[in-house]
Amino acid sequence: MTLLEDPPIGPASEDRPGGPALPPPPAGRRRIGGLQAATVRNLAGAVLAGASGSVLVALLTGLSGPFGLVIVGYLLFLVTYGVLVSLTEDRPAVKDAVMTVLMASTAVLAIGALAVVIFFTLARGWGALIHLNTYTQDLSAAGPTAPLTRGGIGHAIIGTLWMIGIAVVLTVPIGLVAAVYLDMTRSRPARGFRTVVEAMSALPSILAGLFIYALWILTLGNQHSGLAAALALSVMMLPYMIRASDLALRLVPGNLREASAALGAPSWRTELRVVIPTARSGLATAVILGVARGIGEASPVLLTAGYTPYVNGNPLHGPMASLPLVALKLVQSGSPGFTERAFAAASFLLLLVIILFVTARKVGGWGPGHLSQRGLRRVREASARDVARFARRQEAAEAALTPPPAALSPLDPPNLEHP
Amino acid sequence: MSTVTPDLGVTAVPPTPAGADERPRRQLVDAKAPAERAFLGLTRGGALAVLAVFALVGVFLAVKAEPALRVSKFSFLTTQAWQPDIHHFGIAGIMVDTILIAVVAVVIAVPVALGLSLFITEVAPASIRRTLVSLVDLMAAVPSVVYGLWALEFLQGRVVGVSRWLATWANWLPFFRVNGADPSNPVQSGTLYSASTFIVGIAVSLMVIPILCSVMRESFSQAPLGEREGAYALGGTRWGMIRTVVLPFGKGGIIGGTMLGLGRALGETIVVILIISPVYTINSHILQSGGNSISGLIANLYNESDALGTSALMAAGLALFALTLVVNFAASAVVARSRSGAESEG
Repeated sequence: MTLLEDPPIGPASEDRPGGPALPPPPAGRRRIGGLQAATVRNLAGAVLAGASGSVLVALLTGLSGPFGLVIVGYLLFLVTYGVLVSLTEDRPAVKDAVMTVLMASTAVLAIGALAVVIFFTLARGWGALIHLNTYTQDLSAAGPTAPLTRGGIGHAIIGTLWMIGIAVVLTVPIGLVAAVYLDMTRSRPARGFRTVVEAMSALPSILAGLFIYALWILTLGNQHSGLAAALALSVMMLPYMIRASDLALRLVPGNLREASAALGAPSWRTELRVVIPTARSGLATAVILGVARGIGEASPVLLTAGYTPYVNGNPLHGPMASLPLVALKLVQSGSPGFTERAFAAASFLLLLVIILFVTARKVGGWGPGHLSQRGLRRVREASARDVARFARRQEAAEAALTPPPAALSPLDPPNLEHP
Repeated sequence: MSTVTPDLGVTAVPPTPAGADERPRRQLVDAKAPAERAFLGLTRGGALAVLAVFALVGVFLAVKAEPALRVSKFSFLTTQAWQPDIHHFGIAGIMVDTILIAVVAVVIAVPVALGLSLFITEVAPASIRRTLVSLVDLMAAVPSVVYGLWALEFLQGRVVGVSRWLATWANWLPFFRVNGADPSNPVQSGTLYSASTFIVGIAVSLMVIPILCSVMRESFSQAPLGEREGAYALGGTRWGMIRTVVLPFGKGGIIGGTMLGLGRALGETIVVILIISPVYTINSHILQSGGNSISGLIANLYNESDALGTSALMAAGLALFALTLVVNFAASAVVARSRSGAESEG
């Protein structure tokens, strides 16, 4: 590189003296993003090769089952794609192309698996989901061979509502207080507390059930009940709530707190009047996701709630069913009729979770400090009231300062605004 | 201040009265209003209550486990059997089977989550990135009983073919061996390959992938922009940039996320009790029917145990508690060390 040379004005010309001969510029505009025609051609060819190759391997080695075919076909596809790209590109570009396809296919694999899980569950549960009695009746009168038009999972829906309701009432205040503690103090104990909460959020949920079983049922001598299950769910949900609330509070911009402190607010008022209202949508998301987490847990409920096919509207007495527990118990019974009902319970649960999840996304999509239309109007009205209040104070102050017009003296400063 | 000197010159040092050096340094006192103190006390109390609950979990398991541990003593850790009624029980076999399930799940989940999180942070156009993140989060929110039913009714029948194929062609690997497998018998029943650690591992890997993915995604997105642009400026391809910038910067996230996933996989209950046929000895043949996990053991046996049997289950629960706590503490330490700039300034 000859840096001392006078830089050419305008684009570098090819006949520049001293420089190496540059390759001619490509004709037309070069696309640097998106799918290109050659890539699509290569992919199509590789897919063909993979598909035909997997059939061949299946015939030769006796591989059975669709999974095996797909795996072999995919490997063949990958190799073929690499070879096809290497016909026109150099080694780093081939590597890049193959790795890009690998990354994309893991995404397809994971999302595809999720789709299969959801659609398979819904498809198997559909037969029972379309009957109204599934939601209104319990299983006390329906045996394994009863038609789907009789009996349902109403007892489990009621049980789930009780359990999750009690758990939310218990965990939301405690979780919020603990998250505020983490937010207000940056001390060593707070950091230790955060580590403990993170570790506890991965506590196996069955241990939450086992703990309540040991404490509430074995030691204190209570019966299996909805309350016991709610306590177990609370132990399990608490770390989730604290972690998610802590994250939501930490997203509040620091300069908002500083502004509040600069106006003379003590830290607790800053927390209550600035930080928590700003993080409201994040906190709501935390609660919803915690509920979605707790609603689907079967293992803490399994040890603490007992199981009953009857409706039990009292969480304090007697065994109580919940949706995940009913799904588990019914499928464990092994009879085809009950398996179908198990899938209905699982589908209903899945739909609940998806609804909660979509709500959480919608609420959480608003950044910290986001205002709804109504909230925005409220803030504007408050602001207008403040302006009016200031104007009134100003007027009052001026009225107090200004002497009555009768005592007008020549020393008064001239009124510049109204000459 | 009482020593105000009106003729204080620019260069003059004010005459200090004798003994001024011994004057105590002014203490900066953070005088909190009573309301402030009360609020701090309230939050601290809440945090302490949470800690107390967490501590109680461990304490109660330990207290309840004590009778069983007194009976079995050290053999609890070495015995491969579960017969509390004749005082012959231990978690050696179950613990190894638990770890096997978790390892199978993580071995499947790590490459998928790695590719998935790289795809989300580096490859996917911004328009589908948010959707992908939402879908992966939804994957974490799907109840485990749904995964369990799916694994039982959908996955199991389809994986048996793969298991048979692996056992036939890859049995030079000791853990792919299956006792009693007869490759020359094409109509051999599939039950030999069902209810296995491998099938549970696949289902659990689906639950672990979103955990791994979110930790990895966070660490990848923190790889500095300057180094990324530097790699491109040197003529690197996208994969070259990922290999030399994103992956080295995200190493802590990859390791920590993997350990978090391992901790989650160790405790999975529902899939285990739905799929696996429980054994109490070490079954290292992952394709072969039979396996167990501590959580599955607890869920299966809690209802039909006498006092000592329940105590033995508590001891098993305590072992699981200790194992997951160690794994999770280590994981969050690794993740925390790799994390930087977690706070935002608006």
